[in-house]
Amino acid sequence: MLPPIPRAAQLAQLRTMLRIRRFEEALIELAQTHDVGHFHVYVGQEATGVPALALLEDGDVAYTTHRNHGHLIARGVDPAAMLAEILGRATGTNKGKGGTLHLASARHGFPTTSSSVGGPLPIAVGSAFAFAQTGRDRVSVCLFGDGALEEGAWHEAANIAALRRLPVIFLCENNSLEALGQKANEYPSSTLASPRLTDLVAPFGIPFAIVDGTDAGAVHAAMTEAITRARGGDGATFIETQTVRWPGSRPLWPQLVTGRTDVRFAWDDAAIPDAHRAWFGGQDALLRYVRELVAAGVPNDEVVAADEAAVREMEAAVAFALESPYPAPEEAFDDVFGDPRLNAAVGPQGIGA
Amino acid sequence: MTAASAAAPAAEQLRTIDAIRSALRDELAADPSVVVLGEDVTVGGPFGATAGLVDEFGEARIRNTPISEGTVVGLAVGAAARGLRPIVEIMFIDFATLAMDQLVNHAAKLRYMSGGQLGIPLTIRVQGGASGAFGAHHSQSLEAWFAHVPGLRVVAPSTPADAYGLLRSAIRDPDPVLVLEHRALYWGRGPVDTGDAAIVPIGRAAVRRTGRDVTLISYSRMAQTALAAAELLAADGIEAEVIDLRTISPLDTDAIVESVRRTRRAVVAHEAVVPFGVGAEIAATIGERAFDVLAAPVERVGAPFTPPPASPALEAAYVPDAAAIAAAARRTLEASPRTGPAGEAS
Repeated sequence: MLPPIPRAAQLAQLRTMLRIRRFEEALIELAQTHDVGHFHVYVGQEATGVPALALLEDGDVAYTTHRNHGHLIARGVDPAAMLAEILGRATGTNKGKGGTLHLASARHGFPTTSSSVGGPLPIAVGSAFAFAQTGRDRVSVCLFGDGALEEGAWHEAANIAALRRLPVIFLCENNSLEALGQKANEYPSSTLASPRLTDLVAPFGIPFAIVDGTDAGAVHAAMTEAITRARGGDGATFIETQTVRWPGSRPLWPQLVTGRTDVRFAWDDAAIPDAHRAWFGGQDALLRYVRELVAAGVPNDEVVAADEAAVREMEAAVAFALESPYPAPEEAFDDVFGDPRLNAAVGPQGIGA
Repeated sequence: MTAASAAAPAAEQLRTIDAIRSALRDELAADPSVVVLGEDVTVGGPFGATAGLVDEFGEARIRNTPISEGTVVGLAVGAAARGLRPIVEIMFIDFATLAMDQLVNHAAKLRYMSGGQLGIPLTIRVQGGASGAFGAHHSQSLEAWFAHVPGLRVVAPSTPADAYGLLRSAIRDPDPVLVLEHRALYWGRGPVDTGDAAIVPIGRAAVRRTGRDVTLISYSRMAQTALAAAELLAADGIEAEVIDLRTISPLDTDAIVESVRRTRRAVVAHEAVVPFGVGAEIAATIGERAFDVLAAPVERVGAPFTPPPASPALEAAYVPDAAAIAAAARRTLEASPRTGPAGEAS
């Protein structure tokens, strides 16, 4: 179902989902010819991140992971600066020193991004602690995958969050519905003894919800409840969103195995290639959202126009990134310490050399 | 480098543990964003460093945590990212190993990886060193682990005054600082001036004793041992200069090089094991910047390459003593006669 928000806001979320999809597709194509390091894409999870993060306000924070691109776009970070960062350019969000795994934009509420599995859990709890400590009516969201629950950090962080009733939301994006177990040539991520992820939440007394991560309305509802709980001083919430892993994310390196998404698949079932009927016909969160909008009366042409705009934007973003200069070599020495005198002097010789 | 100043007559004689508490108290009072986090800190922790602070500042600012070192450090990182200045007490440096992901992969790197968007003003207080027969999980000297990480600063005071002044610097620093305390120093007394004028800058060594024949370079408890070694040497007419680094990273290389260029001989002494240690870094630095005047190879004195033993008898043999440092100094003098650098009177 669609989130119960004005039509204009629903359409804004459509545009954001389309921009995420076209960003990731452009990135995968770019990676064929450019070295972007090991990267992860958000294809198929758009209906989780977009409605969930649309509910955040200024001053709220979100800590995310190696699969962060969709989250940043959802909060308004410029895709051109993100692509520039992924390509290591001076115009990147992190001045070229973070890369795809660490995209951050403090002014959009992403202070840092961790690619250590489970790494952001304690940090998100810490920011929630800071909000509670200083009486700020803010929430801290931690976005992570199902694999993070295998880390000890989960149990420690959940314990402290529950103990102190901190305003943190654990948004666990379980994208492993078709990656369970160790299938040949796939990259397993769920290797937990417990049959349900939330079995690892219940002992802490943290309220939890399990929702379909392709159902934007369900995500909106669960997240609304969690934010209300956090802002009301009633502590943490755990939300598990379930999505089927996009076939292109099953290999170790993302591949455009389904080809670029055609939004017309949403209303022209016959156009869907048989090889990818399961994905485009029912599992793809973006097409589900489109179908729901069309069923609610949005003209197909409006969807196509939004999609074409997203494609054009990402073409321009790719061009911007490729045209951007690399950072000057001296940039490598900056930002180690807050005191710039230390940065200039630090090296094998230490201070004063 | 600053010369060790004579204590003002009015300076209070404090134990190191009390100087630490005074520094915590003064920063808690000066800045409402300062919070203390750690296991049992409301009752003072294992050695009483935080004793009584909860009565003054309340449980909101003196917070007991679960026995979850990794997540407590991570929590402090997230809190520092949103305006607090946390001070985390890790009971023993041995358990800082549980927090290495948050310390090394997060606290130390977030400013850099974010392209300067984020700073983490975080203080980690941790005590260590071998004394009291605590055994190998409560006695290590792991400073080289942390000094090796860009983005972390590491201080290791040897006197109550420095314990006060460096801790206050650490809390005010815009970046993560590890404050390494040696529990064998907790009960020793010394003159401590409190107040802002007594803040000791990070990165500056102190000359504890001047001498012309050999430079003894050390920090933490071993700086006291080096002073005792200098007394032994003085009895034989050997004048040793003693440099207390006070900060391990960033290293005050100017202070080291300036002294060694005068004495032409150097002994580095620390309680950590010798291989791959701070002493190696200092010896290499001397080689790079004073090779032309060296009269003897740089000597390194440290613990043998074993875990710290528990037995008091073994522990006493494990920790280098003044005689070991003095013997190393004598070896540098035996390597060549005592003459000054070309053109200088010895």
